[in-house]
Amino acid sequence: MTAPGAAGSAGDWWGAEDVCVRFGDALALDHVWFRAEPGRVSAVVGGDGAGRTTLLRCLAGALAPASGRVRRPARMATGYMSAGSGVYPDLSVTENLAFRATAYRVPPQQASERSAELLARAGLDRVGDRLAGQLSGGMRQKLGVIAAMLHRPDLLVLDEPTTGVDPVSRADLWWLIARAAAGGAAVVLATSYLDEAERAHDVLVLDAGTVLATGTAEQIVAAMPGTLTVTRERPAGEAGRRAWRREGRWRVWDPAGLDTADAVAPGPQAAVTPGPQDVVAPDLQDAVTVAILARELALVPAGQESR
Amino acid sequence: MTELPAQAVAVTRAFGHFVAVDQVDLEVRPGEVVGLLGANGAGKTTLIRLLLGLLRPSGGEIRLFGEPPSRHTRRRIGYVPQGLGLYDDLTLAENLAFSAAAYGEGPEAAAVPAPLRRYRGTVTGALPLGVQRTAAFTEALAHRPDLLVLDEPTSGVDPLARARLWETVAGAAAAGAGVLVTTHYMDEAGECDRLVIMAAGRVVARGTAREITGDTRISVVEAGSWAAAFGALEAAGLPVALVGRTLRVPGAPPDAVRRALGDLPAAVTSAPATLEERFFELTLSSGQTEGHHDRRP
Repeated sequence: MTAPGAAGSAGDWWGAEDVCVRFGDALALDHVWFRAEPGRVSAVVGGDGAGRTTLLRCLAGALAPASGRVRRPARMATGYMSAGSGVYPDLSVTENLAFRATAYRVPPQQASERSAELLARAGLDRVGDRLAGQLSGGMRQKLGVIAAMLHRPDLLVLDEPTTGVDPVSRADLWWLIARAAAGGAAVVLATSYLDEAERAHDVLVLDAGTVLATGTAEQIVAAMPGTLTVTRERPAGEAGRRAWRREGRWRVWDPAGLDTADAVAPGPQAAVTPGPQDVVAPDLQDAVTVAILARELALVPAGQESR
Repeated sequence: MTELPAQAVAVTRAFGHFVAVDQVDLEVRPGEVVGLLGANGAGKTTLIRLLLGLLRPSGGEIRLFGEPPSRHTRRRIGYVPQGLGLYDDLTLAENLAFSAAAYGEGPEAAAVPAPLRRYRGTVTGALPLGVQRTAAFTEALAHRPDLLVLDEPTSGVDPLARARLWETVAGAAAAGAGVLVTTHYMDEAGECDRLVIMAAGRVVARGTAREITGDTRISVVEAGSWAAAFGALEAAGLPVALVGRTLRVPGAPPDAVRRALGDLPAAVTSAPATLEERFFELTLSSGQTEGHHDRRP
């Protein structure tokens, strides 16, 4: 069931409790728990089909879960930008914001002051008369975020605000996101960029509808099982399946104990087993890659892979 | 062996009065991966279109494998555009067959590799984005190109899938191809042997990530309340970025940041800039900021 909560008081939080969503036979979200707190930025990370959009639509009240509970503020206290910016392409920048202000009952004077300020800060003040459909991708995304936060929502939900956006627009978008959080909103954003997730206060990693990891970036990194080593070449044999390329070298994940077995096994892979001097401290990108890899290896046991 | 897969010499391209690419020199050597970085409007896409022979330069010269772009040189290029360039209403196998035929290759170039085999009969538009991306790479590499041009190849994929795409790119380079790749994702700069940064149509920096970042430093603020510090720095007109609970301020020395914070309790230190922060400075100082004209100090 969905429970629009009372107005945001101290200690309040929004999120999902044991939420499942089904599309036909497919389980798009599988018992997902998630918590977004006021004044904090939460990043929902995952690849194509991970369930990020589905979770965000639940939080925004656009989709009802099959089971579990969504905690969200009243509709008027939620701001939502769907993937692809959600602005009207055949309205101008100013008209889009005026429409949004009316729909969310922002007093006209307040709406025009806040619009002008946010547009100026995001570099959109000179394109007020331009149709949203004629803006560049980065500009359109910035307009989408401004429209979603115009009415100062308690919960701001942004679906991939920065995908495909250049670094300068990305900086502007992050300024808007920080501004909303500094104003007390709980901000939830979906992203496929791990460096961006590392900037958020809290991170939720989804894969195929299930939670792979959750917590602060530091907690997720600390909880990564096993160790990580760096080699120049991809290791041969079984270890090669646990290796991936990063920055011109190979990261090799050793789930605790596994490589001990490898090292005593005869064969060429023993020669490339990395020494302890090559152990690296993982970052969030490493920890998330390990989580995805571990799941993939569990699904496709050794010797049965298709490649 | 000394022929350069791609070379631009003082290349300029104007559209009316607008100069999209201005006196650009660029080289892609065999076996190297060159990353082309730039904000929207920097001229990256125009430069790629010039290199592919889809546009003619207004001035300067483009040479592919030592000669001007032609149908002959196009055959030696593999290209993955931003939109992937697959036909949505053909099956995956039909897409690969069509591309192989267009390059004058035999049926072996149209073979569907094992990881994609289960999708071979599916209409491409209905496939997950990750599968489409792998198919576009397969198509671009099937005729063993000597120059591979990739326009934002990894947008929107998970980190493991991204690592695997880079593995493919590195494999092509190891086999001798020159690779030119654009990305908005600065973490991927580490996958490139060399970077070229464009802003306002010009090359503003080139070298490795470390060379480009150099000894640029930024200010870092750790405050009791990041939100209050954010408000104070913003009011002072400083370009402040939130990273976790710390604030990073490029282009402003610690004492200026300290003054802007007034009597707010906060520690202000200086730290090396990231490549993204350095990129940001280069782009702003070039005067190229889409929409922005006089916003930042």
